[in-house]
Amino acid sequence: MPDSANEPILDIRDLSIIYPISIGTVHAVQDVTLSLYKGEVLGIVGESGCGKSTLGLSILKLMKPPGRISSGSILYKGTDILGMDDRALLDMRGRNIAMIFQNPLTSLDPLMSVERHFIEAIQVHEPHTGVAECIERAKKILSDLGIEGNRLKEYPYQLSGGMRQRIMIGLALILHPDILLADEPTTALDVIVEAGFTELLIRLHELYSLTVVLISHNLGLVAQMADRIAVMYGGRLVELATVNQIFEKPLHPYTQGLMNCVPNILLEQKELNAMPGSPPDLVGEPKSCPFAPRCPKAMDICRSRVPPLKDYGGRQTACWLYEGGV
Amino acid sequence: MNATSSGPEIRAAKYSPAGIAAGLIRRFSAAAKRYRIEWWILVAGAVVIAAIVSMTLFPHLFTHFRPEDMNAGPQMKPPSAAHLMGTDNLGRDVWSRIVYGARTILGVAIAASLASALIGIPLGLVSGFSGGLGDKALSLVMDSIYSFPGLILAIAFAAMLGPGVINITVAVAVVYVPTYFRLVRGQTLSIKQELYVEAAHAIGARRPTVLAKYIFPNVIATVVVVFSLNIADAIMTEAALSYIGLGLPAGMPDWGMDLSMGKKFLPSGVWWMITYPGLMIMLLALGFTMLGEGLSEILNPRLQEY
Repeated sequence: MPDSANEPILDIRDLSIIYPISIGTVHAVQDVTLSLYKGEVLGIVGESGCGKSTLGLSILKLMKPPGRISSGSILYKGTDILGMDDRALLDMRGRNIAMIFQNPLTSLDPLMSVERHFIEAIQVHEPHTGVAECIERAKKILSDLGIEGNRLKEYPYQLSGGMRQRIMIGLALILHPDILLADEPTTALDVIVEAGFTELLIRLHELYSLTVVLISHNLGLVAQMADRIAVMYGGRLVELATVNQIFEKPLHPYTQGLMNCVPNILLEQKELNAMPGSPPDLVGEPKSCPFAPRCPKAMDICRSRVPPLKDYGGRQTACWLYEGGV
Repeated sequence: MNATSSGPEIRAAKYSPAGIAAGLIRRFSAAAKRYRIEWWILVAGAVVIAAIVSMTLFPHLFTHFRPEDMNAGPQMKPPSAAHLMGTDNLGRDVWSRIVYGARTILGVAIAASLASALIGIPLGLVSGFSGGLGDKALSLVMDSIYSFPGLILAIAFAAMLGPGVINITVAVAVVYVPTYFRLVRGQTLSIKQELYVEAAHAIGARRPTVLAKYIFPNVIATVVVVFSLNIADAIMTEAALSYIGLGLPAGMPDWGMDLSMGKKFLPSGVWWMITYPGLMIMLLALGFTMLGEGLSEILNPRLQEY
């Protein structure tokens, strides 16, 4: 939970990430300012291509070339990650900030046994740890995850998708990082496994006092787990508020549209709602609100100036509608 | 649970010689059943190679003649009980020259393939992994070598370096470096995009570690197949080089050289001097090709039929 007395563990300030390509510059992430507080679960939602994964990868400085950070800073406990040398960066990855990826089915090396994965993960940061101790630690964490120790000798192809995902989490948590970045952790899983995964993550969050950044387009998952939600659109942060605030009264028209798209089982509604229009083209410097072409409440100003992210009593949104207050 | 919780008595049996033999036989027959024709191609190739390799290791078991012995028998006599493949124009036993000549051709072919693999694989790995200008430059160089017909290039190098076993090995090796480079670079380019490689970066693994522990093992399986096919190719190249006289010191038993010698006497009806070395070159190259093809069918799951 955000707490004014609490220093943020991760502080992203005015972060912009660009991809120079042949037809221009793609502004994948623009002027994102976001703080993460110890122990909270922050959900980042948005449609495909809105920059949420790029934002997640940038926290580990792992953007795929030719992507690069054009401005801004990411402070982890006061140190700017973007200014770190390679050594400090390698030291931080996995030990302080760990990541689990979109597709657990391909995140494990097919030629390495589970045990080898754990040994590698530990020895990268603690080269003097013996193999026996690594296995001991792996067994301990796997038992927390509900996987039997004798699975350690097996290879990824011998494990089910849910198990592989749990092993990915085990690998991410083995060094007790402060922050866990989960990039669409359930996208590749079926709903039953997803439900189990969600419960597990909630339990681990308490067990390891983790700070979690949950990147997803699955509003249900985010609603269940997150304390706060950041909504991204066209590379920008358009709304940031607590889960209750977002679900009770979404401010930004895009967030409202997203909420509308979630089917409600209680309503006698046969058709699913969809948002008209398509995601914005991110090439070039935008001169208007990126959502304006699809926005049902668009005004003249929306088409000529980009709305800044403003604070409205504990929650933030970037929309001209609320110039006069919420 | 399955194999993981097998009882102590089974585990003990696994390590006794009889247990190991039984295990091997079981695996062999299981593989034969599972892969059918590919498996027998592989086995046939392996048997041919094993036979020729044992000729190089224990030549005296195969023949009691020395390859240089000009008094082995009468000159230019057709195959008989005493001389299985006849004798040549200097009275040397053709079979003994085949047996001892295996050393030269196999040695050169394997050494050359190993050398090109040892140069091509690391270059391909680093080039594909790092990318950038270095990768472009190296690829250009390799592609230009590759675009030459292999034999012409080998002839050029052999002529430049002069005769000698080492020189001919180098000449053959140069031709095949791009084969490994291109294969390994391509594989590296695709493997480095895999999520588990990204995950390795995310746990803080250094770039050399990622390359050695995550990318290299996933690349090497394809190289095994190409290595075997490559030896077959190198055999033909070596034979061709020594056939045109650009390779080895005279008098050394060598299939390619004996082949060109035999050619001179073919018009006078001496067919055995040219036929047997030719057959042997073909057999050896075929052995490695079959081994390579068999391996590729078995190791590459995409080629598997159900």
